[in-house]
Amino acid sequence: MAIRSLLSINKKKQKGVIVDRNKENSFPADLMAKCPECKKIYLTKELENNLKVCPQCDYHYKMTAFERVSILLDEGTFESFDENLRTSNPLKFPSYLEKIEIDSHKTGLNEAVLTGMGSIKGTQVVVAIMDSHFRMGSMGSVVGEKITRAIEKATEYELPFIIFTASGGARMQEGVISLMQMAKTSVALKRHSDHGLLFISIMTHPTTGGVSASFASLGDLNIAEPQALIGFAGRRVIEQTVREKLPDDFQTAEFLLAHGQLDAIFHRKEMRDKLATIVKLHAKGGVSNV
Amino acid sequence: MSKSLDFEEPVVKLREKIEELKEIAKSAEVDMSTEINTLETRLQQLETKIYTNMEPWDRVQVARHAQRPTTMDYIKEIFTDFIELHGDRAFGDDEAIIGGIASFEGQPITIIGHQRGKTTKENIRRNFGMPHPEGYRKALRLMKQAEKFKRPIICFIDTKGAYPGKAAEERGQSEAIAKNLFEMAGLKVPVISVVIGEGGSGGALALGVANKIYMLENSTYSVISPEGAASILWKDATLAKQAAEAMKITAFDLKDMGIIDGIVIEVAGGAHRDVQAQALELKKCINNALEELHALSETQLIDNRYDKFRKIGEFIEETN
Repeated sequence: MAIRSLLSINKKKQKGVIVDRNKENSFPADLMAKCPECKKIYLTKELENNLKVCPQCDYHYKMTAFERVSILLDEGTFESFDENLRTSNPLKFPSYLEKIEIDSHKTGLNEAVLTGMGSIKGTQVVVAIMDSHFRMGSMGSVVGEKITRAIEKATEYELPFIIFTASGGARMQEGVISLMQMAKTSVALKRHSDHGLLFISIMTHPTTGGVSASFASLGDLNIAEPQALIGFAGRRVIEQTVREKLPDDFQTAEFLLAHGQLDAIFHRKEMRDKLATIVKLHAKGGVSNV
Repeated sequence: MSKSLDFEEPVVKLREKIEELKEIAKSAEVDMSTEINTLETRLQQLETKIYTNMEPWDRVQVARHAQRPTTMDYIKEIFTDFIELHGDRAFGDDEAIIGGIASFEGQPITIIGHQRGKTTKENIRRNFGMPHPEGYRKALRLMKQAEKFKRPIICFIDTKGAYPGKAAEERGQSEAIAKNLFEMAGLKVPVISVVIGEGGSGGALALGVANKIYMLENSTYSVISPEGAASILWKDATLAKQAAEAMKITAFDLKDMGIIDGIVIEVAGGAHRDVQAQALELKKCINNALEELHALSETQLIDNRYDKFRKIGEFIEETN
């Protein structure tokens, strides 16, 4: 199911891509961008200055893991973990490792998640940031292992753990091993939680399948970015199963909030401030110590 | 006799021929015992050959067999004093998962399992064994109850997956599954999970964070159905047979990968051919596992579960 939803997301994604330079009647990719929501055309520079949020309609573009680090953490504080882990090919799927290699080159990441430690307004936190530009952010062994190690470090150092999810779900090429990463990350989060430590999950577009059905939903606070697609099964699969038209806002962050599935939706512009406040309110010994 | 599957067609045909011959011998009063004996020997050889060389796709067929024993069948055969307990205390009672308390070899126990139907009518009632969030929440409620009274928990996994529906999404299918993974990690009592049919994705795993995981010989456990995998990998759902192989979903595959603890051997041709004999085999397995786990303290049980899942994953760690 996770993977099917990934397909439908791929289709959607194409609308959101910055216009290709080679296509006829298009704008230079590095200069201009067109909002997939409101169709406004503006300078890429303008978009980047606005944290990749459409200045007119608030559409939240996807971000790379490194872009998130730069808008979230205090400058120069980020230290990356486990860059030496590499994907293997346990089920021997043809051309799997080649695809990994291409995405690794494209994103500068060893896998679909960047993990590490840094500070938010002076408070140390451990973070994991998924990047949907890498195999749709799907979770295989390395993603599961990096996230689990990051959680274990947070437990060891008694630090809050913050994750930004962006994933189509399980990595199909790793079969049942990828399914088991859901359990692996969840048992690690349970131990972190039993130590009285804070875990904040921020679901960004898209968070579906096995990722939404494991760590993404296990935050002490479950937060989302506006309009993010969040769900277990893919829209198409559900439409085929129930044979009815689903509402337009189905599986959006706003839909989940209305159905009691989220604590809050934070606009990207207020994300850092709000997270800093939440972390501060959970400091050991209570607020009076801060 | 239940309907035969494609791969066992030769066995079924030969068996019919022998029966026919016996009838003729009886009515015509001629001695055909030599011929019958020869054929019966050949039948035995053929059975051994076919049932010991089952392809993954053959096993998928057996796992999906309409008459394959369900959670309820095993409960009847293995446990006594079973009392079913219903509901999640929040929304409703999902009949795609059943649970309750019972006695196993004299000790109180909690049983939880996916429940599909054997008839269309029953399948509609049980949503083909595909749970909604309230099913998982009922399961969790019964697990916490078991923990309070220090009862071991036995889970039977038998689902194509969690239900992909509108209501399921509205009520938090993802959260319900995730919460089970999380809470099962911390249970202070022994947990044993057995895949008895199909173990489909997150909907199966939500009853699977156990100290001991077993699979019946012809059951499957996978991240996606062979049909789903085929349509994504090769854009063609009819290549499910190949996908069943490539995705490594049989009990033997999972044992090789170190994910499950053991395989419960099935009666020849599949569990549906002899429920009593199969239940006995399963009972032995549960008994051994419980004996082993009883030696562990609460902390050891939790650590054991942690270590079990912690080590799953295949990757390369480069030295810098």
